[in-house]
Amino acid sequence: MKYTEEHEWLQVEGDLVVVGITKHAAEQLGDVVFVELPDTDTEVAKDDEVVVIESVKAASDILAPLDGEIVEVNEAIVEDPGKVNEDPEGDAWFFKMKVEDMSVMDDYMDEAAYKDFISS
Amino acid sequence: MADDDLMKTVLFELHLELGAKMVPFAGYEMPVQYPMGVLKEHQHCRAQAGLFDVSHMGQVVLSGNDVALALESLVPVNVVGLGEGRQRYAFFTNEQGGIEDDLMIANRGDHLFVVVNAACKDADLALMKGALEPKGITVSLIEDRSLLALQGPGAEAALAALCPAVADMKFMDVATVSILGVECWVSRSGYTGEDGFEISVPNEKAVDLARALLADETVEPIGLGARDSLRLEAGLCLYGQDMDGGLNPVEASLTWAIQKVRRTGGDRAGGFPGAEVILAALDNGVDRQRVGLRPEGRAPMRRDVALFADAEGGEQIGFVTSGGFGPTVGGPVAMGIVADGLHTPGTQLWGDVRGKRMPVQVAELPFVPAGFKR
Repeated sequence: MKYTEEHEWLQVEGDLVVVGITKHAAEQLGDVVFVELPDTDTEVAKDDEVVVIESVKAASDILAPLDGEIVEVNEAIVEDPGKVNEDPEGDAWFFKMKVEDMSVMDDYMDEAAYKDFISS
Repeated sequence: MADDDLMKTVLFELHLELGAKMVPFAGYEMPVQYPMGVLKEHQHCRAQAGLFDVSHMGQVVLSGNDVALALESLVPVNVVGLGEGRQRYAFFTNEQGGIEDDLMIANRGDHLFVVVNAACKDADLALMKGALEPKGITVSLIEDRSLLALQGPGAEAALAALCPAVADMKFMDVATVSILGVECWVSRSGYTGEDGFEISVPNEKAVDLARALLADETVEPIGLGARDSLRLEAGLCLYGQDMDGGLNPVEASLTWAIQKVRRTGGDRAGGFPGAEVILAALDNGVDRQRVGLRPEGRAPMRRDVALFADAEGGEQIGFVTSGGFGPTVGGPVAMGIVADGLHTPGTQLWGDVRGKRMPVQVAELPFVPAGFKR
């Protein structure tokens, strides 16, 4: 598992990368009440705003962590946004991306580095 | 304002002990939520009972001869006709007819007790002193009392366990009672749409009273986050959002709070700041007003979302003043100002959410039926 400074987690599954938000991010957001996911089969560039997530407190954007194509989205969290608080690093993944160049994953933090990042 | 300058209520240490997340609010460090979280706190308050620290609000005693008549010079409300032991909603108006703050006025026999918003406390105090002291009225900010709100269908049972007399009170009654051996000023009112009480308690007993109420298994502490979603579902205005100095009470859909005696043709018509504008608005109507809004999708429409009459094109016809997710409604709810003619419940409007026009309907307020004990 890799982590971004935007509090996303990235998990490689073959030639796909699964993206979600960290437990820390979900706690900071508070109760999630709305999630808008991108359409599948769309090309996105790193830092494109691809997901809108709203909690009881505020709206936030989630940025594409990599260049690639969105190939699958998790409709279950649109139906029940509360899942994002219940299991942010498991069932409540956001989308899966097809990524050409997996080497960019090396730029992201590992778990230990992310832990340091959120405690600093 | 730097965090160091923030004021603390008497309950500050208790909030920390209860695990509250504290935020700056109106110059105070206040609990926005407890470990339960905003959503569950909201639902708990609607289902059982919630305890709120509202000690940041301004408690003011007004006394002197003809104090009610004197206060009528600042509010378009019938204060003279407010019976002893009763409370009434009011607002201070300005010369343009706008609203400077909203407040509660209680007739406590030999004096009036008013509660004003924390953010407007200093301005309200200056306003009242400036206008009322020349009339011989004493204006005293009460700083030796805290203010707790206990709200929800379980509030009566929880408070009556400490003070059986409160069970006899009805909505908007006020009474002086003894709780934990000290004199408390209790009103049967609140800001959630639920039955409940606001309790003005001497500072030295405030923590004891909060602990005694929290010891009741039906009572949970509730933060500012849920306070906002509860009042929004109840259709209650937040000063600075749903009403302000640039909006008159008719535009703010608060005409119900202006009794006949203060309107054109009434025995004490006018005589408050901006009376000309407000009475004209009452007599002739206004070209915009506050309404409830129910977004049709799941996406909340928050404050400042622009409203349109059509799915595409056209001029902006209004804006959202407060909006978010309504946990009891189970979907997004909002209030906003819309042009006259588009204010009828059921009217289809469109709100610009992140560049996309999303459907929203004008809706009846409140979104959740009130649980008041009338």
